[in-house]
Amino acid sequence: MIGSAPPVDAPETEDKTRNRRVVQASEHVVEIVSDSGEGAQKCGQTFAAVSAKMGNGIWTVEIIPAEIQPPPRTPEGASGNRIRLGTGPVTNWGDETNLVVAFNEQVLLSRHRLGALAEDAIVLVEDLWATHDNPDIRAAWARAMEELGKRRYRIIPVPMEERCLTIDENPRKGKNMFALGLLASIYRRDLERIEEQIAYTFRKKSDDVFQRNVALMRLGYSWAEEHLDFVIDVPARPTTAPLVVMNGNEALGMGALASGMELCAMYPITPATSVSHYLAEVFERFGGVLHQAEDEIAAAGVAIGASYAGKVAFTITSGPGLALKTEFIGLAIMTETPLVVIDVQRGGPSTGLPTKVEQSDLLAALFAQPGDAPRIVLAPATIEECFHAVITARRLAETFRTVVIILSDANLATGVQPFPRPQLLEEWVAPEPDLSPATQRPYEWDARSGLSARTVPGQPGGMFTVTGLAHDENSKVAYSAGIHQRGTTMRSRKLAVLQQMLIPPRVNGDEQGGDLLVVGWGSTKGAIEESVARARAEGLAVSSLHLSFLSPLEPGLAEIFRRFRRVMTVEINYSDDPADPFITAENRRRGQLALLLRAQTLVDVDCWTRVPGEPLRPAAIHDALRSAIANLARRDVNLTSDTLRAGGLA
Amino acid sequence: MMELPCLAAGCAVDLDDERTLALGDYEGPTARWCPGCGDHSVLTAVERLLVAEQLRPEQTVFVSGIGCSSRFPHYLKTYGFHGIHGRALPVATGVKLHRPELNVFVVMGDGDCCSIGAAHWVHATRYNTRMVAMLLDNSIYGLTKKQTSPTTPRGLKTNTQPDGSYLPPLDPLSTTLGTTNVSFVAQTAEWMPAHLYATLRAAYHHHGFAFVRILQRCPMYTASIYERAVKDPGLIELLVHDDGIVVPELDRIYKNRVAHDPSNLDAARQLANPGERLRLGLFFRDEQRVCYDELRRPRKISAGERISLLNAELDKHAV
Repeated sequence: MIGSAPPVDAPETEDKTRNRRVVQASEHVVEIVSDSGEGAQKCGQTFAAVSAKMGNGIWTVEIIPAEIQPPPRTPEGASGNRIRLGTGPVTNWGDETNLVVAFNEQVLLSRHRLGALAEDAIVLVEDLWATHDNPDIRAAWARAMEELGKRRYRIIPVPMEERCLTIDENPRKGKNMFALGLLASIYRRDLERIEEQIAYTFRKKSDDVFQRNVALMRLGYSWAEEHLDFVIDVPARPTTAPLVVMNGNEALGMGALASGMELCAMYPITPATSVSHYLAEVFERFGGVLHQAEDEIAAAGVAIGASYAGKVAFTITSGPGLALKTEFIGLAIMTETPLVVIDVQRGGPSTGLPTKVEQSDLLAALFAQPGDAPRIVLAPATIEECFHAVITARRLAETFRTVVIILSDANLATGVQPFPRPQLLEEWVAPEPDLSPATQRPYEWDARSGLSARTVPGQPGGMFTVTGLAHDENSKVAYSAGIHQRGTTMRSRKLAVLQQMLIPPRVNGDEQGGDLLVVGWGSTKGAIEESVARARAEGLAVSSLHLSFLSPLEPGLAEIFRRFRRVMTVEINYSDDPADPFITAENRRRGQLALLLRAQTLVDVDCWTRVPGEPLRPAAIHDALRSAIANLARRDVNLTSDTLRAGGLA
Repeated sequence: MMELPCLAAGCAVDLDDERTLALGDYEGPTARWCPGCGDHSVLTAVERLLVAEQLRPEQTVFVSGIGCSSRFPHYLKTYGFHGIHGRALPVATGVKLHRPELNVFVVMGDGDCCSIGAAHWVHATRYNTRMVAMLLDNSIYGLTKKQTSPTTPRGLKTNTQPDGSYLPPLDPLSTTLGTTNVSFVAQTAEWMPAHLYATLRAAYHHHGFAFVRILQRCPMYTASIYERAVKDPGLIELLVHDDGIVVPELDRIYKNRVAHDPSNLDAARQLANPGERLRLGLFFRDEQRVCYDELRRPRKISAGERISLLNAELDKHAV
């Protein structure tokens, strides 16, 4: 038996049958890191899927290097998965890691140096490098151990390669399954389910491959059973309600299938592309065409051409692609051609951080067009909402004859989470285009709402030419200012109509008001709500509100904001820190949602934003909430002393 | 990829529809191009083609970009999509992929096709999606008032290159013929209406992406570029072949003729090189090339079938 220290907060009991101490935990964060190409992600995904199936809440994020094959044994090459495992639902990636399996000490160092690991983390690390033939590698190992030794990690060397070599001559390909076996033993995972999941993971490979992977997994399992003195029990709470588990990009793809859209045009771009990988596998069976266009611009054009000719079509992209599609999006808005644009946001500007999360496309999504180009913008906050967002977007695009942009992000794209299995409805599915003779003019705007029915090619009597030039109800090119004024008004009015149909957002916390209201959008919802719960448990009067619609904004915001002494957005985009040199209240650049809310509500909305290239941690948000409240208290003191001075009393 | 036979598709003539359509069924409002603009004669030839083929106006879509020539769809009574500069081909591809039964025509100028939209031109040629792509090439940006285009003759003075266009003009025929999976390339001229009409008709009947370059004069800015050839048939050379563009009434006037088998791509590439004379006719045609739109034609499914398929997908992700 090796080592002893369990995680701090854990009560212990004896597992009589195996003589291993059972560490009870309501949640645990585990990560598997390797060099790129060693399969740590497959290990993590399999472990997460099985955990979800056993009834644990999970949230998975990928640890992705920027290069396809970075040099081996380097901190920048760290690749893998991080799984937060809980008894109840898990809504975000959490804070620090409690247990890590590392395939070499360099990738482990990378996680250590990023501050990813808890002070008392359990570290299982391949020990091959300690006794390697190459003296440089031995020296690197020694230096790493010295650096890591300054923390209270519990380091457990594991002879992964040595054991794997007993059944596979290429251990680089097998360690991930060995690691899966370790985790299966530590977290008491159901081996039958693990084997089922391995079968699914390798469904495109031969039975041989499946058998070898199962054998490697069992080898890791046995090693852990024999050598580890602890197990970690994160009780599962199996539910009778059927659940599904997937990542956000798969959910977007499935939402597209449920929406009945039949054409997706795209150009490869990280982190959006895996939506199209999924669709490439299944879309044709659903009567769909996935068109990989020659560039981002053409992808938008093909989608618009298809939409114009029938059912609403969609395009998938990320920030740089959204920039390239700008002109076409303007055309779709001007011609009232419905279109769904999915933007899986990454860090920017320019090429930015291709694999990392950011929420910096908000203002571009709302305002990128020259001229007045009102469109609908939605932001799913969970994996489940990714599914429903596409169905909603298709319907809105059709009803309002406009562009709907869905803002997802890299966190949702690769995050894996179970959610209630959707009960599919036929009414979600786009109907066949009506090709009966047209009786309406091309833009027969309802004078109050701006809404109009569209005509599609094939309808006798409906022939007209759509144009991106200013036009009247007959789509005739207009040169008078009056006609342009009217067309612009009609296109804008549609957003007001939609805004009045929306339900006012729900306050998470105290509906009546309080000291601080945190406002968020998109993938930060879980982390924000968790940090608000912590703050409320400490007695702080903090609540939060999460927006799904960014254009139009949901109704009633100004009224809700007035019930709180301070309103602050939390976002993953840039804002100036008020304490930085040169920064004043006048020149401070604020978070994108904060800017929008200030303009729309005339409330002095503050912001706390960061661009760390990773999801926000609940603990970091919690700190920000506490200091915002502390600032309020300081302001009160100042106000009081000002009042006293003014009254000549101080 | 498995090669599917190119099915006859794209000619939407409804057999139950007993209407006989006349010119008036296709004519839109009076065209507002300058008097003497080559666009007028292309419009006339196209209207003649629509009548001859009895294409249903509601089943026919003209897609254009931006520029003088891109006003084209507005002057017809079919469906039209007047989009953005350089991007007519992606829009047309989207229309055809989603609604293969529609007749699709694309109208582009030289700036549209050969400059800002050049990427789409190369790829549309390779997709070989069934449509007629007309390049209305007057060698100048007219609508924005005389700027150099990729096909502007070297030395021609413009408002952006007042000392004369710096570079030799891009040759659209060679570029198209040099593209993988090219299947139809022809050249005609706006001042030869019989040849223009015969060429467009051959393009319409082509099974694939039919690229037609139409030589044009802009009466404002490039009125003189083809002046000598317009006056002297000796400066024109017709490509002739039984499988080519056959216009017997031109025989008397145009004596320079080159026998060219349009199935010969190497010879087509040779002939495309600009020479002493303007070469008009069918450079290349191959009906056996892969058509992207025909490879990408999934079956239709009902909403009910969709839901049961999606439930099976969800089963794979069930907890």
